[in-house]
Parts: sequence; structure tokens; C-alpha cells
Amino acid sequence: MSPLSERIVKALTGDEAAAEAMRQINPDVVAAYPITPQTEIVMNYAQFVANGVVDTEMVAVESEHSAMSACVGASAAGARAMTATSANGLALMWEVVYIAASNRLPIVMTVVNRALSAPINIHCDHSDSMGARDSGWIQIYCENVQEVYELLIMAVKIAEHPDILLPVMVCEDGFITSHALEGVKIFRDEEVKNFVGEYKPQFSLLDVEHPVTYGPLDLQDYYFEHKRQQVEAMENAKKVIPRIFIEFEKVFGSKYGFVEGYKIDDAEIAIVALSSTCGTTKVVVDKLREKGKRVGLLKLRFFRPFPKEEIVESLANVKAVAVLDRSESFSTQGGPVFTEVKSALYEVDRRPLITNYIYGLGGRDIDTSQIEKVYDDLGKIVEQNKVETAVNYLGVRE
Amino acid sequence: MNKKGWKEIPKAGIITEAGSAHNYKTGQWRTFKPIRDKDKCTHCLLCWIYCPDSSILVSQGKLVDFDYDHCKGCGICSNVCPRKCIKMVKERP
Repeated sequence: MSPLSERIVKALTGDEAAAEAMRQINPDVVAAYPITPQTEIVMNYAQFVANGVVDTEMVAVESEHSAMSACVGASAAGARAMTATSANGLALMWEVVYIAASNRLPIVMTVVNRALSAPINIHCDHSDSMGARDSGWIQIYCENVQEVYELLIMAVKIAEHPDILLPVMVCEDGFITSHALEGVKIFRDEEVKNFVGEYKPQFSLLDVEHPVTYGPLDLQDYYFEHKRQQVEAMENAKKVIPRIFIEFEKVFGSKYGFVEGYKIDDAEIAIVALSSTCGTTKVVVDKLREKGKRVGLLKLRFFRPFPKEEIVESLANVKAVAVLDRSESFSTQGGPVFTEVKSALYEVDRRPLITNYIYGLGGRDIDTSQIEKVYDDLGKIVEQNKVETAVNYLGVRE
Repeated sequence: MNKKGWKEIPKAGIITEAGSAHNYKTGQWRTFKPIRDKDKCTHCLLCWIYCPDSSILVSQGKLVDFDYDHCKGCGICSNVCPRKCIKMVKERP
């Protein structure tokens, strides 16, 4: 282990950092189709392939449906397969996204979060990956470029663990993270290679000595059992991932958890959020803390498996919570993060008052003054001991 | 057949042995059952050629029976029989 101070620091965007992590992972197959704002991942990786610095078979497919299909074929053949996409690209690969998870293929995909059409928009919201929350993939949401780099490396280890065997989406905010330059501490190639190890699949379509069939007809008699197995894999993920966090920390020095609490321990009011907005929220927390206000943040790093226990524990002593959702569910009951966090708190004896803010759709900016307003609202909710509006829209014009 | 639980079966429905389709009794899907008039049958075996499910059982060049465990009752054998000696009979009321 080398201390972080000895790490090389490179100026990289989120997309470049994803490509850099992939270079070090050196997967057997990358099948991808470019789409804004994911394009730079594919572009940079194609350069690595052209320059001969990786051994990857890169498949330049004609669509995202083909990209995920090629990854499924490669993974079933025993290869370590990776891809990346955004928004409509993820939507186009939809049926194969489910097939990847259901066939228990440990594919790792960077999702550069972007609003789904229509109207067409290329900027950040979470409508793309939130739509895929029930597809059976593990979902990780990254706050910054460093996390994209580190969690992509960790994702390979998580996906391929024999007790898990599930594909993993590593999500980063389109443009906000994907195109923002950050000083990223880069691990040595050897360290990453040793950490991810060699992928040793239990079954391989290319193993002619032990032939297997993937994806046969599965009707009323067994399909249900196979879905139940997928749930068990997610349960296993909750047990195994913390062990991978420890292993990662030992090798690379960075500490991870399913969630990250920021000044949450003695907080009276708290925000729950994902991804880059957590960075903005931390600035506001620091500012309000200076004024003596007991405010905190709970960042959800994993959305699948859903870290219920960690959420309940973190919010146990909080009086009021605001959940920020960067996507709509159109249920009229709030966004996906809100409904699941609220549901997680249902059995808690002293559950906090809870409210939801939908924000940032189609890349609408969220700034510190808006987050300060959310904390102000939470203050009033605590004073009145009542939530007036369960679902609020932050930053939309009336 | 006693079916196994989710803990006992391979992940994702992966099949690890060859020829296991034989254990899957697709005959349960059938509505119409082929019945042969043995006196009229000349053992030309056109039914054997056309059967999409290997459900015409032949021994020493002669049609001996149908494999009712796997015959789905499609009726192709009855349709191609030049002697019209295979009748499709409704099995369940």
C-alpha cells in the first residue's frame, strides 16, 4: 500500500477518469456506442485500443441494443465485458439490460446520467438510470470524478463476486461530473490489476469440455425460482460489498460505505441526495453549521441494493428530512428516492418528518441558495411539526 | 414430477447437461392426440420425416408408437399421412 500523498494526480474529467479506470482494468471486451455526454469514454477508450495499451477486443456496434447484446454474449463466453451509455442509449438497450442481470452476467457499465427525451435534452438528470432501478442491476451514484474512478474499479470486484454475480451501473452526472476537470489521484496500474484480479467464470460458452446453455425457455415452473435467486444475490451483495470496501481501503486508502453521512450524527435536519448535488450540499452544510444550525447530509452512494439499514440508522435522530430527487416518477407521490426512503422509515418508532424536492430536471442548475432554502423549509417544518407539501419542485418556474 | 426449489437449481436457468430437453414433458401442452389406424399404416414413415419433435417412435423400419411425453399434438403427421390413417383426437373435455 502506498499512501495517498504518493499518488500521481492527473487532471481528468469524469469521462476521462472512467476511461482511465477501464484502461487499468483492461477488460476482454468493450462494446459501446457513443452518445452525449458519455462519448468521451468511448472515444478515449478507442484511443487506448488503437495505441495498443490495452488488450481489449473493442466492438464498435451500431446501437446500444447491440452494445449490451455484445456484452451479454461476451460475458456468457467468459469474458470480462464493459460498456457505457447515457439516457436514450440506455433506453434503447432496455430489454438486454434485464437479460444481462437475469443471466447473472457481471457486466460493468458507466451510465453518464442524462435526461430522457422528449423534448430532447442532453443535460443531467437521473431519469435514465432511475428507470432501470428495477432491472436487477447494482446501482452506484458518484459524487465526483475521484469517486467515478474508484467506484468503477470497485464495481468489477463487486459484479464478479461468486456470491453476487450481478451487473453494476456506475452513474455519474452528465456534464457536471462527466465534463468537469478534477485533480484525480490515480493508482498504479499493477495495484488495480491485482485488486480486480483475473475473471474466472463458473460457466463459459467457450468451454467445450463443459458445455452449457444460457437463456433457455423458463416458464411457470421455474422462472419464479430464478427471480428469487436474483433477490438473494442482492441480499448477498449487502453482506459482501462491505468486505470489498475494507479490501479497497487496505489497498488504496479510500474509505467507502453504502451511504456517506456528512455532519449527520448530531443533525436536527438533513437532506438526502445522490451524486454531484451532495458536493453542493456539503458547502451549504458547512455554511449553516458556522451559523450554529444543526444541519446534515446523507449521501446515498448505492441505490441498489437499497441501503435501508444504513438510512434508518443515519436518520434515527433527525427531526425532519428533505429527499432530493433528480427525476420524476409521475406517480404524483414524489420521486423514486423519496418513496423508497419514506418506505424505509415506515417501521421506525421515531420516524422523522419527511418531504420531497424534485430538482434539476433536464440539467436545470441547482445552486447553494436553493439548497439553503430547503434547509430553511426544514427548519419551519420542525417548528410547526408538520409537512405542508409532501412533493415540492425546486427551481421550476410557476 | 417433484420440482426443485430456488436454492437447489443452477443460477439463471443455466443448463449444465446435454440432452436435458428429454426430461421436459412437453406432452402436457397437447390438446389433440394422434391415434393411428394400425391396419391402414404402410410404414412409409413420412410422419417420422415431418415430425418437428422426434415424437414418432420407429424400430427396425416400422412405426411402433408416438412419444406422448413429448408430442405437442401439432397434427403435422396426420396432415402428411398419404393413407390418412392418423386421426387427431381431442384429449381433454
